[in-house]
Amino acid sequence: MNKKERKKHLIHLAFWTWSWVLTLAIATFGPEFFWEEKSALTIVAIVVNLAIGILMVLANRKLFNHYDELERKIHLESMGLTLGLAVIIGLTYSLLDQKNLIHSDAEIGFLVGFISITYMISLMVNRKRYS
Amino acid sequence: MKNKVRELRKLQGLTQEQLAELIGVSRQTINAIEKEKFDPSLPTAFKMSKLFGYPIEQFFLYQETE
Repeated sequence: MNKKERKKHLIHLAFWTWSWVLTLAIATFGPEFFWEEKSALTIVAIVVNLAIGILMVLANRKLFNHYDELERKIHLESMGLTLGLAVIIGLTYSLLDQKNLIHSDAEIGFLVGFISITYMISLMVNRKRYS
Repeated sequence: MKNKVRELRKLQGLTQEQLAELIGVSRQTINAIEKEKFDPSLPTAFKMSKLFGYPIEQFFLYQETE
């Protein structure tokens, strides 16, 4: 297992992740604070954010392909659990919103937060299981 | 699956870290294999077999009930 190569993949992923977060913030707040809402800049900011998001996913795939067999198993199990729960919880949340059983509107941010937390917890649990 | 990886590794005078390095996996993977919590892939088992100088079936003991 090449630790230098692992570090390189991690740095690439961190770079694209932070770039994505930054461009997302620009695309979100730019039209509000820096330029007109219907400006071409808004479209450019969204397209740049999308492109960087794709590069972030590709960097994540490269890192994943560098994992060894146990790490892949741990990540795949965590991803499977996270995907299943995200679909179930996401649809339940959406249904609650449609039927007006929750006070606020259903926000995609809730689902993103839920996915992140579920993935982190299942990674920790799976790592513990195999340690 | 039951195995004798720890025994053979010690016989070769290797640490988990060294064995991991030699066969291209993480130390955590070697630890999980030795604790019989994880069964390695066929390529990893063959690499171990070559390194230890024993056929795979001598240190990975398959049981029907698994």
